[in-house]
Amino acid sequence: MTETLAATPGPARTTSRPSGLFGLTPTSGIGLGLALVWFSVLVLIPLAAVVGAAAAGGWGSFWNTLTDAQTFAALRLTVLEAAGVTVVNAVIGTVVAWVLVRDHFFGKRVLDVVIDIPFALPTIVAGLVLLSLYGPESPVGINIVNTRQGIFLALLFVTLPFVVRTVQPVLLELDADVEEAAASLGASRLTTFRRIILPSLVPAIAAGSSLGFARAISEFGSLVLISGNTPYQTEVASLKILKFIEGDNQAGAAAVAVLLLLVAVVTIVVLDLISRRVARRG
Amino acid sequence: MADTRQIRARKGPVTYFLRFFVIAYLAVLVIWPLWEVTSRTFAPTERGAEAGVAAFLERLQEPSVSYAFGLTATVAFWAVLINTAFGVGISLLITRYRFPGRRILSVLIDLPMSVSPVVVGLALVLAYSTGQGWFGEALEEVGIFIIGTTPGLIMATAFVSLPLVIREIVPVLEEIGTDAEMAASSLGANGWQTFRRITLPSIKWAVVYGVVLSMARSLGEFGAVKIVSPGAEFRGETATILIQNRYTNYEEPTAYAAAFVLVLASVLALVVVSLIRKEDHA
Amino acid sequence: MSIEVRGVGKRYGDFVALDDINVSLPTGQLTALLGPSGGGKSTLLRIIAGLESTDGGSVEIEGTDATKLPPQKRNVGFVFQHYAVFKHMTVAKNVAFGLEIRKRPKAEVKAKVAELLELVHLSQFAHRLPSQLSGGQRQRLALARALAVEPSVLLLDEPFGALDAKVRKELRDWLRRLHDEVHVTTVFVTHDQEEALEVADEIVVINEGRIEQIGTPDQLYDEPANDFVMSFLGEVTRLGGVRLRPHDIDLSTTPGAPESHAGVVVRSLRVGFEVRLTVEVEGHAEPTLVVLSRTHARALDVDAGSRVWLRPTTGATAVPVLDVATA
Repeated sequence: MTETLAATPGPARTTSRPSGLFGLTPTSGIGLGLALVWFSVLVLIPLAAVVGAAAAGGWGSFWNTLTDAQTFAALRLTVLEAAGVTVVNAVIGTVVAWVLVRDHFFGKRVLDVVIDIPFALPTIVAGLVLLSLYGPESPVGINIVNTRQGIFLALLFVTLPFVVRTVQPVLLELDADVEEAAASLGASRLTTFRRIILPSLVPAIAAGSSLGFARAISEFGSLVLISGNTPYQTEVASLKILKFIEGDNQAGAAAVAVLLLLVAVVTIVVLDLISRRVARRG
Repeated sequence: MADTRQIRARKGPVTYFLRFFVIAYLAVLVIWPLWEVTSRTFAPTERGAEAGVAAFLERLQEPSVSYAFGLTATVAFWAVLINTAFGVGISLLITRYRFPGRRILSVLIDLPMSVSPVVVGLALVLAYSTGQGWFGEALEEVGIFIIGTTPGLIMATAFVSLPLVIREIVPVLEEIGTDAEMAASSLGANGWQTFRRITLPSIKWAVVYGVVLSMARSLGEFGAVKIVSPGAEFRGETATILIQNRYTNYEEPTAYAAAFVLVLASVLALVVVSLIRKEDHA
Repeated sequence: MSIEVRGVGKRYGDFVALDDINVSLPTGQLTALLGPSGGGKSTLLRIIAGLESTDGGSVEIEGTDATKLPPQKRNVGFVFQHYAVFKHMTVAKNVAFGLEIRKRPKAEVKAKVAELLELVHLSQFAHRLPSQLSGGQRQRLALARALAVEPSVLLLDEPFGALDAKVRKELRDWLRRLHDEVHVTTVFVTHDQEEALEVADEIVVINEGRIEQIGTPDQLYDEPANDFVMSFLGEVTRLGGVRLRPHDIDLSTTPGAPESHAGVVVRSLRVGFEVRLTVEVEGHAEPTLVVLSRTHARALDVDAGSRVWLRPTTGATAVPVLDVATA
């Protein structure tokens, strides 16, 4: 089982050449019109409103909001935590995928399902799940509430499946012949992994990591209960937005939100580039 | 299936080390916390809280808890319905018709998955709230209120789960190509007949799969609904918001009970999804 | 002897892939392992390379016992049917791989790679990625990569199997010429008897996990050890009490030759320069197939309905029919 519940890997965009497609008929034209209206009302106009609100006060006010010491600290913490989690996931996610594909042992299928649980759980529940073991009444005596380690742990939890689920199918598809060829040319198992297998996995690891990074940057639900939201200490970007909204500072909220939006867009572009590169290599 | 190739089947100390590491990592990060949440649901550690299944069920029957789950179910139902209709339509348009902006649309469709839920909530507020939204006043004049009402919750939920159905259908539509549809229309079938008798049967499982994924996501959405909902008892308090409210109000047993229901729902979704996968490949 | 295989066997569960195989291949020889799919020839090749373990027996390469050696230590070059090129490396990097593993000095690697790319006519593609090469070019790249480490033996598993007919034939000729130049002990697996007959110095026919016959192409063709070898190496038909090749039958339009069988042509089919006649011979249950050159057929003026007399050509390879079931 390599399919994920949230089915993150691979954007849904179409790759087929436009040739061989139908021209619009009156019916499909109306359908397209309706779909675009709904998409605009639901997604495009609200997102435009965010950008509009951020830009309303001009560049100076936008810049001042983001460079305000407290906001900047929140942004810095968010990026650092997300980057750290991404690095850990790139390594551990690859190891997990490797073990799930190449090793065979009793209970492996259970682990395969466990990987999907962080995606399947509602984020607030994910936070609660972690708090039940690592919270104030922890049976193991660890309390992560209002610590940076707690944020790190929550982000590790919610981003666990990204790299695993992008690497796993690639690993399954790898040609055994190629590894045999490397072996008969004298390469040890480690060398074969480093020089033959790993380079084939790099696009998948990169794709999974960028998805994970984007998720970590924008994570909210699982952090609500864990992060104490202490300025300069444990306040992250999404919680900062919430604070701005609650303080009726829409412009401030919009400024931070635009940054997060930017990360989302960059992620999509990066993924598109990666998938094109892979397609070209064939 | 075990690898038949000797080069992959060989096991060394590294194999066992990695296996142990992965099991330990997943145990500490996911399995143990999940176990802890379950045991707390049925055996709360709080003083005076009753243990057992009866007590668990009793907590769920509190009127405000019933209201929260009822609201969540309503919101999820409408969001899934809207997303399915929109998803099937837009997937067909993207894969079967040629129109300007087709490629941009297929990229934009993916955006909602990468946007932070808080930003989604903020975006809807900035566009439609009565006080500050772009269209707030216009909507107020015709008597429509979105933010703070159930339609707002539905929109927020529909936003975050928008691409899930599309992501499942588009690859299938691309894979099956247009040959059978062309053949059907050359045999005299009209557009609707072709869709019902040729296209729909082949995307049936993809649609079901997408619906299950959207349902799971919709039931558990927290960040976006938190922003657009008043979030008070009997007033827009969904199940996930209820969990947060109860946990922060030191009513942990109720929070755990509600969370456990959502855990069950997600595990159920996982099981259904893997069953569909099997069915689909059979 | 370059490769010495003694008593090698291999089972997968109940399936016997190889059963007590003994074969020795002299240094510098180009050998074909020929047989139907699933007959065990690829398994034997992979056991020689160390990619598969044997259940018993021993494998010796260049005088050293290699039975327990991992593939890395055997110094064999292996070429796969589907090329198994390293997709993320350029053509030159692919060829250099084995040399870099052996930590050869940079200059030496560079010179060797250039030399090999020259040999396989891929010099101008050195900096391309394998995805930019055709199938035939990829297989030449795989060959250069295998040869770069100066292997004591070169093993090729259905090397031309994935290529289309024309490229296949070109590469086959080219492999023969390459072998004459490089002289490395070479074993290749094929299920195509024409390929084996054309390229190999010696052919080992393997079927159902056993060796049916070992010999030069001529020996195998002229003196097949049994029915299987005879029918696997080419078309076989029946005339009287013997099985023989359709082109080893003399056809005349007049009676009189001793021991000839009378019959009627029921079908005549022209395939290129050949004419294939189906003849119903008196007293035979199944018809006999006769192949003539087109010129010959025209000279005799035979066609469907002609009455003809058949007999084996002098010196024809013929085996008595023992088993009626084999067709």
